[in-house]
Amino acid sequence: MSAPAMGTSKTAHSESGHKKKKGPGTLATAYLVIYNVIMTAGWLVIAVGLVRAYLARGSYHGLYYSIEKPLKFFQTGALLEILHCAVGIVPSSVVLTGFQVMSRVFLTWAVTHSVREVQSEDSVLLFVVAWTVTEIIRYSFYTFSLLNHLPYLIKWARYTFFIVLYPMGVMGELLTIYAALPYVQKAGLYSITLPNKYNFSFDYHTFLIFVMISYIPLFPQLYFHMMRQRKKVLGHVEEYSKVE
Amino acid sequence: MKHYEVEILDAKTKDKLCFLDKVEPNATIGEIKSMFHKSHPQWYPARQSIRLDPKGKSLKDEDVLQHLPVGTTATFYFRDLGAQISWVTVFLTEYAGPLLIYLMFYFRVPFIYAPKYDFTTSKHWVVHLACMCHSFHYVKRLLETLFVHRFSHGTMPLRNIFKNCTYYWGFAAWMAYYINHPLYTPPIYGEQQIRLALTVFLFCQIGNFSIHIALRNLRPPGSKTRKIPYPTKNPFTWIFLLVSCPNYTYELGSWLGFTLMTQCLPVAFFTLVGFIQMTVWAKGKHRSYLKEFRDYPTLRSPILPFIL
Repeated sequence: MSAPAMGTSKTAHSESGHKKKKGPGTLATAYLVIYNVIMTAGWLVIAVGLVRAYLARGSYHGLYYSIEKPLKFFQTGALLEILHCAVGIVPSSVVLTGFQVMSRVFLTWAVTHSVREVQSEDSVLLFVVAWTVTEIIRYSFYTFSLLNHLPYLIKWARYTFFIVLYPMGVMGELLTIYAALPYVQKAGLYSITLPNKYNFSFDYHTFLIFVMISYIPLFPQLYFHMMRQRKKVLGHVEEYSKVE
Repeated sequence: MKHYEVEILDAKTKDKLCFLDKVEPNATIGEIKSMFHKSHPQWYPARQSIRLDPKGKSLKDEDVLQHLPVGTTATFYFRDLGAQISWVTVFLTEYAGPLLIYLMFYFRVPFIYAPKYDFTTSKHWVVHLACMCHSFHYVKRLLETLFVHRFSHGTMPLRNIFKNCTYYWGFAAWMAYYINHPLYTPPIYGEQQIRLALTVFLFCQIGNFSIHIALRNLRPPGSKTRKIPYPTKNPFTWIFLLVSCPNYTYELGSWLGFTLMTQCLPVAFFTLVGFIQMTVWAKGKHRSYLKEFRDYPTLRSPILPFIL
C-alpha cells in the first residue's frame, strides 16, 4: 500500500511548533536527519539500480532481481518509523504508521519474496517504481523539514506526485497479490490445516483475498487525506502569492 | 432568594439553543436536562451531555446548580451523545448471541461444515462438555443481567452495541467453529486435563457469581452511594482482601479453564484479549477507588493478587 501519509504536514507543522516549545531535542533531530538521509540514499541506490539494469538489459522484464536485496533492506528498515512514533520523536499515529509500514513489509516478504513465480511479473515493477520515487521524495522531504530548509520543489513534489504514484503503486500491489494466488493455493503456503493439537487453521490464500478486498475501504481514505493535505499545504502558497 | 438564569449553547457551533430564567438554585443538572428536553424534544435527557466547557467533562445529573462554579447567569454547553440504548438491552443482546451462535455450530447446522456432517455432533465427549460450559456461562450472564446487576448509567450510545456484538458474536463463532469441527483434536493429556479444567471453570464461575452478588448488595436499589466492597461470609469473596475487581479475576480464570478444556487457540486468544480489556477496566476502577476513599486497603491490586 502507499507510503505513510501521516506525519507529513504534522511533522512540518509540529516541528516548527516544537522548536518554540519543547521539540524532540537536538539528539533526536540529529538521529532523525541521519535516518532520513540514509533512507533517501538507499532508495536512490534502488532507483539507480533500476535504471542501470534497464539500460544494460534493454528490457524492463525481470528488473526485480537487480534491486531485490536493497529493496528488502530499506523497506524493512522502515519498521524503525513505527518505533519513532511509539517513542514520540515523530508526532504521528503509531497505529496508522504501523499499518502502512507493515503492509509494505508484508508485500515485500510475504508475497514477493515468498512466491518466487511473481518476481518476474511486470506488476512488481509497477509498485517498486512507485515506491522508489515516492520514498525518495518523502525521505528528502523529511530531511529538509528537519533542517528547516525545505525547497519548494520538494514540497510540491511531495504533494503532487502521489496523485499518480499512489494509484500506480496500489495497482502493482493488487496485481502482484492476484498473480500470487494460484501458487499460494497450490502449495498451501503459510497455511495450517486441521487436525492439529491447537485446533486452529489458517488459509493464506483466503487471507490474501481478504487483504485485496481491504484495499477498497482503505485506499480512498488515504488518497483523499493526501488530497486535503495538498490543498492545505500548497494552497497557502497560492494565498501568499495573491497577497504579493 | 435569588434565581439563576441558564443558557445552553451548542458545544460545537456555540449557537444558543435554550434560555431558562428563574431556575431554582438547588436545581440539579438532571432537572435542567428535563427543562431543555421540553424545548428540544428530540434530545431526551439520556442523550444530553451538559458541560461547563465545550470540551469539558459531562456534568453529573445529581450535580446542584448553586454548587457549580457559575454566576447567576450560568452558561452550559450541550453535546448530543446520539441515540441511547439501555444497558440491559445491550447486555442481553451481547450474551444471547454467543449462546445461540455456539449452539448452531454444536448442532452443525448446514453450510458450516461439509454436508455429510449436517446435524451430527462430535464424537468427543469433551466437545459436549465444552458446549455445556459455554452455554452455562452465557445463560449465567443473561440471568445476572436480568436479576443481579444494577447499572449506574442507565444507557449507552446505540452505536456501541454494534462494536460489542461484533466482538462477542465474532469470537463465539470463531471458537465454536474449531471446537465443534469434525477434525477437532481432544486435549493431549486426556481426562486429567479435562477434569482439572472443568474444576477451574466451575470454581471461577461460582466465584464470579459470588462477587456479583456481593457488589449488588453493596448499595440499595436506586442509590448511587459508593462504598468499598469487603469480604463477606462467602469464602469466594475473601479475594477482596487482595484484589479490587475479583469479578474480572474469576472471569479470567473461567476462560483459562475453558482454554485448558478445549485446547483451542482461538479460545486462548479470546482469553488474552479479554484479559487485556479487563485489566484496563480494573485499573480504572482501582484508581477511582483510591481517589474516592482515603482509607482504601493498600494491599489490593486491580485484577491479579500482588502482580497487576
